[in-house]
Amino acid sequence: MNTPMNTHTRTNTRLRDSEFTFMFQLISYSFIIILSIMCLLPFLLILSGSFSSNESIVRNGYHLFPTDFSLEGYKMVFKFPTQVLKAYGVTVFTTVVGTTLGLFLITMAGFVLQRKDFKYRNTFSFFIYFTTLFGGGLVPWYIMLANYFNLTDTYTVLIFPGLMTPFLIILMKNFIRSAVPDELIESAKIDGANDFRIYVSIVLKLAMPGIATVGLFLALGYWNDWFTSSLFINNPDMYQLQFYLYNTMNTITFIDQMAIGTGITLSQEVPTESTKMAMAIVVTGPILFLYPFVQRYFVKGLTIGAVKG
Amino acid sequence: MLKELNKNKIMFLMLLPTLIFFLINSYFPMVGIYYAFTRYDFEGGLFGSPFVGLENFKFLWQSGMLLKLTTNTVGYNLAFIILGNGLAIFCAIMLSEIRGRLFKKITQSVMFLPYFISFVLLSVIAYNMFNYESGFVNTVLKRFEAGPVDIYNTPWIWVFLIIIFYLWKNLGYSMVIYLAAITGISDEYYEAARMDGANIFQRIWYITVPMLKPTFVILLLFSLGSIMKGQFDLFYQLIGNNGVLYNATDIIDTYVYRSLKVTFDIGMATAAGLYQSLFGFILIMTVNYIIRKVNEDYALF
Repeated sequence: MNTPMNTHTRTNTRLRDSEFTFMFQLISYSFIIILSIMCLLPFLLILSGSFSSNESIVRNGYHLFPTDFSLEGYKMVFKFPTQVLKAYGVTVFTTVVGTTLGLFLITMAGFVLQRKDFKYRNTFSFFIYFTTLFGGGLVPWYIMLANYFNLTDTYTVLIFPGLMTPFLIILMKNFIRSAVPDELIESAKIDGANDFRIYVSIVLKLAMPGIATVGLFLALGYWNDWFTSSLFINNPDMYQLQFYLYNTMNTITFIDQMAIGTGITLSQEVPTESTKMAMAIVVTGPILFLYPFVQRYFVKGLTIGAVKG
Repeated sequence: MLKELNKNKIMFLMLLPTLIFFLINSYFPMVGIYYAFTRYDFEGGLFGSPFVGLENFKFLWQSGMLLKLTTNTVGYNLAFIILGNGLAIFCAIMLSEIRGRLFKKITQSVMFLPYFISFVLLSVIAYNMFNYESGFVNTVLKRFEAGPVDIYNTPWIWVFLIIIFYLWKNLGYSMVIYLAAITGISDEYYEAARMDGANIFQRIWYITVPMLKPTFVILLLFSLGSIMKGQFDLFYQLIGNNGVLYNATDIIDTYVYRSLKVTFDIGMATAAGLYQSLFGFILIMTVNYIIRKVNEDYALF
């Protein structure tokens, strides 16, 4: 074993391995750093734009750092604070109500669909899964909700379509199956608890990581939704936050273009560019603020789902 | 059925709201497919509009619209699937080999960040970077005396921009999934390989990459199933109603949305939507059938 020759080859390979490893790590570090910078850069651009004076943007364009520091964009946004606050109110309301209600329904459905003593679980699972295979398309869906259910300009339409997706139900089903042992449900039944009672006192507690993940998916969906407003909401007081931002972007551009068409340079008076960026920051702020806390759960939930699934 | 219903009354009740949800949100609208065969008028409604048979489909086909929409939709999705998974696997492997825990944590968070922002903010970002007068890219180009480029009027650039924005937004998410799969690989394999004198490249190539195959295949199958569905938010927020770019960037979803919101072409929009659903359905069935033949474990259903 300990012939000199053998030791020599061993140290040789070890050396080569560590050299390779060093090289690989060097490449990894640089590549990951470059990608991370690219992920952050656009946020910096918007932040810088929101703190620049409009004049400097119009003259010199957007920069990575504010060339002429100014708060006029934010002042413009909060000149009419009621509109922004209303949009915030609508989004917070739909996010809270939609996420809570959606979680309640999804966990109940997931619980029932994974119960082996529920005879029709596969039939109903397919009933839900089939909707991902085939659908009527956007237009029949829109006409039905708008014309037959009369949901235009209601909070119901802002909440209802986002309540659940087949993907989230399947995720929850798998999660409950792995987190709640059958024996536990069995013994609770013997103790006389009914299925709803089991759901409330056992499933809801054991499936917490799964509930957190699905809840985050739901909340993110509601918070970032602009599409529902664009289809169903005509009353500006009921615009979701993202649609309000979308509208601000387009309206200011529109006013700007109108002004150019009539030969008046409005840009000097209305700080259009910096207002757009300030508006974007005001709308996105909470997500960026909450993100570090939320992200951990997301990674955890996804990790569990990926490994188990 | 009735006996079962009685036995598991509470479970049925617990499932009922979900069933009603899918009935309203997904099954009732299927009746509306009938619009695809009518020239829709607002007075007539569902069954009062004149029946025109396959005329809507014929028009979509003859105008070349169907072909263009299909090529764009499928083409972009293939690019998303191939490049998206490739980049995610690449980054996950690199990140998994990095020792510094704090560095790992911070970079992973930073790369996951874009997944959380709305598509409206994405459009603000695109505007900030690419608009003609003050966009960041043109600001930089001007500094190098390279003159401004009118990006919003140059269709071919958007083919790349859309793909890049997609990768930018989704990298963190898919990377987490692959990273989880890598973490699940037992250390013993690597130890054994190291004993046998495999260097880091060999270890990655002969252990990590093959072990990622199941995760990759499952994600691939899921995405192949929805290859006819576009990333509507991404395309619409980046392109909007900018007609100059349609040839390079119009997908079925954006066409349907525009037909509904802008041109009110209900019959045509429903026809395009039905084509999308049917084509996608046939595609999933075919893919699933083939997989079942090759390896039953990977089949979707």
